Amino acid sequence: MKRAIFWTVVVALLALLPLVLRSYNLYLLNLAAVKIIAAIGLALLTGFTGQLSIGHAGFLAIGAYGTALLAQYAGLPFWVGIPVAGLLSGLAGFILLVPALRLTAIYLAIATLAFGTAVVEALPRWASVTGGYQGMSVPRESFLGVTVTRNDVAMFYLALVMVVVLLWVARNIVRSRVGRAFVAIRDKSAAAQACGVSLAKYKALAFFLSALYAGLAGGLYAHVVGYISPAEFGLGKSIDLFIMIALGGMASLPGPVLGALFLTYLPHWLSGFRGLQSIIYGSALIGVVIFMPFGIWGFVRKWTAPDKVQSLPWPLRAAVEFVRGGGGR
Amino acid sequence: MLAQLIVSGLAAGSLYGIMALGLILIYKTTHILNFGQGDMAMFSTFIALLLFQSYGLPLLAALGAALVTGGLLGIVVDRGLLRWAKNAPVTSLFIATLGIGMILQAIALWMGLIDSRPFPYVLRGRPLFIGDVVLRQHDLLVFGVALAVSLLFFIVFKFTKVGIAMRATSQNKRAAQLMGINVGRIGTWSWALGLGTGAIAGCLVAPIVFLDLQSMIFVMIKAIAAAVLGGFTSLPGAVVGGLVLGVIENLFSGYMPTAIAPLKTTFVFTLIILVLVVRPHGLLGERSAGGHG
Repeated sequence: MKRAIFWTVVVALLALLPLVLRSYNLYLLNLAAVKIIAAIGLALLTGFTGQLSIGHAGFLAIGAYGTALLAQYAGLPFWVGIPVAGLLSGLAGFILLVPALRLTAIYLAIATLAFGTAVVEALPRWASVTGGYQGMSVPRESFLGVTVTRNDVAMFYLALVMVVVLLWVARNIVRSRVGRAFVAIRDKSAAAQACGVSLAKYKALAFFLSALYAGLAGGLYAHVVGYISPAEFGLGKSIDLFIMIALGGMASLPGPVLGALFLTYLPHWLSGFRGLQSIIYGSALIGVVIFMPFGIWGFVRKWTAPDKVQSLPWPLRAAVEFVRGGGGR
Repeated sequence: MLAQLIVSGLAAGSLYGIMALGLILIYKTTHILNFGQGDMAMFSTFIALLLFQSYGLPLLAALGAALVTGGLLGIVVDRGLLRWAKNAPVTSLFIATLGIGMILQAIALWMGLIDSRPFPYVLRGRPLFIGDVVLRQHDLLVFGVALAVSLLFFIVFKFTKVGIAMRATSQNKRAAQLMGINVGRIGTWSWALGLGTGAIAGCLVAPIVFLDLQSMIFVMIKAIAAAVLGGFTSLPGAVVGGLVLGVIENLFSGYMPTAIAPLKTTFVFTLIILVLVVRPHGLLGERSAGGHG
């Protein structure tokens, strides 16, 4: 009960943000939401199930192009288009599963990399529909009389709803029988199998969910920016997603959220330091790896462990305990 | 036509193979996939270009300097940075190598690598004609170097103490440590040798594709693919994988209609996936290595 109240308050406060933030900051938050959703999806696959993927931008691309094409050619509204495109992406995840069932570690990473490359190389080939290398613009849409596409406030509420719902779903999956099966497969697949966990079934589920999340993120992205091109979904994006979950802390849900926020805002803050951006960015990556080997969330967990909290001065201790009581983990 | 495509494919494949050798060497002993290999090779190659163009060093000396830069870079990366992150999981260390790559890109940019720069050929004489196959002298050099590097790796791993210690470390780190092998130093050796090999690959690739901040990354991706095709832990596999990849890629873009030819990377990758489905540990890989669980 206490936890429900805590999260309701958090979401309500977030919902008030458009009152204080100007459009550009909202736009950044919307982009962060896209990354959060995609990162949660990747964390389900890589962090919880232990299946490496460095081709996840391919699923983002399917979601984004799927949404845009469904709006353009089928005239579907976004609240149908985004879920349908997400499901398409989930299906693509299923197809990728066929080689993935037999592969582990670096071999699986290459298979997923191949998938990501294939999507980016294939999209411009189909130029009459996708607009080729130039990309395509996403049709403007309205909902209850409000223009949604490229409207930062409207997009913010859509993004907020999607993030809250998808985080809640992910949390329930992780804490269920399915989530425990994922972790078992990650930690020792042979032992998991011996305990009756069907590898094929649960790996299939992990790939489907992960691709579904990435596809939904892609659909949201298409409407946030209003213009998409194949180059945005290259290897760099896939690597970025991987960095997000590794920096945030892979096998957790707050981890990818923190990582996504970090990777949205760090380049933004660094844009003031011309010429030094990559040095600071690179050093930040190395610094986090050295000082927070299990990610930002791992670091937070370590320093808010009950024995550490005891020795904190009162106001800090009370704050930590309040958040913890609210289900911070 | 066919013979020409195969020969050019073998030349490109040799380059992938050399690059892959460096990657695998590092992976075998440290279990880190060095995703900064491309940037590190770019940096060493750029040092050679700077010394040659701006400081008037003879080309061969400049190339030697690239090799040394690669080796030193390996020592700095291992001793200076990765050593401090001993407790981090390998997935995090992979991120650290990306960070190092970004920093090197920034330094190279700051040192003047702003746009695409031509890189001198070592051998720029008349091409050889064998039947109707045209063979550039640079291709001959690439074959020669690939052969020499492979031989060198073979000799080091088979006959020298360092090489045997590296093999021991890659098989079982703790057992190697108990046998009195300084595993940390072996890691440093691997980084130095691996990045030195990367520098060689860089200096051979640069005349063909020109040198810019990104040009080596594509070679690295192909090298990783080649290494996986060969079975990620096998050194001969890396060379074989590189050659196969180079030839197939060239044949595809040579024979396919122009509408499909740009899909060659997709085609090659799809082929690799098919090979992996049949042989999950690559052409020459060992069954136990590479996977966990």
